Amino acid sequence: MSSRFHVATRKGLFTVARDSAAWSIERASFLGDNCTLSLHDPRDGALYAALNHGHFGVKLHRSRDAGATWEEIAAPVYPEKPADYTPTHTPAEGKPVDWALKLIWSLAAGGPDEPGVLWCGTLPGGLFRSDNHGDSWQLNRPLWDDPLREQWFGGGADQPGIHSICVDPRDSRRVLLGVSCGGVWITEDAGASWRLSGHGLRAEYMPPGQEFEPNFQDPHLVVQCRSRPDALWIQHHNGIFRSTDGSASWSEITGVAPSTFGFAVAVHPHDPETAWFVPAIKDEKRIPAAGRVVVNRTRDGGRSFETLSAGLPQEHAYDLVYRHALDVDSTGERLVFGSTTGSLWVSEDGGDHWTTVSNHLPPIHAVQFEKPA
Amino acid sequence: MATVRFTRNLQRHVACPSAEAPGATVRESLDHYFSIHPRVRGYVLDDQGALRHHMAIFVDGRQIRDPQRLTDPVTPAAEIDIIQSLSGG
Repeated sequence: MSSRFHVATRKGLFTVARDSAAWSIERASFLGDNCTLSLHDPRDGALYAALNHGHFGVKLHRSRDAGATWEEIAAPVYPEKPADYTPTHTPAEGKPVDWALKLIWSLAAGGPDEPGVLWCGTLPGGLFRSDNHGDSWQLNRPLWDDPLREQWFGGGADQPGIHSICVDPRDSRRVLLGVSCGGVWITEDAGASWRLSGHGLRAEYMPPGQEFEPNFQDPHLVVQCRSRPDALWIQHHNGIFRSTDGSASWSEITGVAPSTFGFAVAVHPHDPETAWFVPAIKDEKRIPAAGRVVVNRTRDGGRSFETLSAGLPQEHAYDLVYRHALDVDSTGERLVFGSTTGSLWVSEDGGDHWTTVSNHLPPIHAVQFEKPA
Repeated sequence: MATVRFTRNLQRHVACPSAEAPGATVRESLDHYFSIHPRVRGYVLDDQGALRHHMAIFVDGRQIRDPQRLTDPVTPAAEIDIIQSLSGG
């Protein structure tokens, strides 16, 4: 059971830990700086923090002493763009993306058999890999050079990006990516080759006839059941989708109150039928329905949902929960989520009851439990 | 040799002492500076070597004209100031 998690916010990285009585903030790092994401590597305990300094660009820091001290490490750098480069495809937004790092949008540890390997997904769509704990990074050229990559477009952001990286617990060479907007991509050879998957995903925003085009999908987040890695869930721009066959096919789950719109999803690590969502009024508003913060939970693979609200604000609450701001621990009992208005809640009973850790943190980008290897 | 100076706001993130740097252009002067202080490069230039979007460079008080390639000339007595573009209130 996890007793510590990290909260990446607009104004720093906060470590929250549970003692015998309660959850409380144990440490604040990078106070005042925009920490957009953190990663706790269960293989060696290292912490990574992605900072976006705005004027000065995107940086990465690493701590090997649980956050007591940090060192700046290499940030992914896009290679020099060839002078004669012209895209094979006309990009959806009419102009090619810059070959320059805009945001570190996902970080994932490689498998237990490949210590030091890290994956990093970025805006404007590059996937990077490090073989040395982040001391250096290489752009994955097979994906970057795929002509279909040039068709990706931004979903919410001005540029496309990779926000989900699922390393298969059975085989570290098998990695699944979620891209907004670019669908679901899979490699089975550690990135030497990639294929687009996602049959059944539906993009309501596309013109008639193109709604099911896999490369135009906007999965807000893709998550994988640790014990049953072929079981996947997506909180998509226009709904909730589930796959039980490793992304070969997806089923849309409809009719969920108060909404199937949202950004975050978490799947139980051992029960692929159980998943949590934080619903909001759909895209043009992005606030909780009726001013009530709730968590939706299914325990039967999406056939039914419970709307959980015990301990959560139920009037005039306008907290939005971003895609990386909900997490479940390695037992499936403890959950945490944080909001754009700086509220942070934990549950120790699978979401039945929630406790407020803070209502006045900076806007929260991401939360992550420390989990065992 | 030209003198290269940085906004104090950058010194919070990375050591970037003022220093003299030879070169006939802003690019040459900065390349020299970054050869001695390599970590500073990524804070000032983007992945393609252009000036970061919200940064500005002044040579002897005049903003440079070529933030992409940094071909603006510098004299041996020049002062090169690297600052943040102003934004916000």
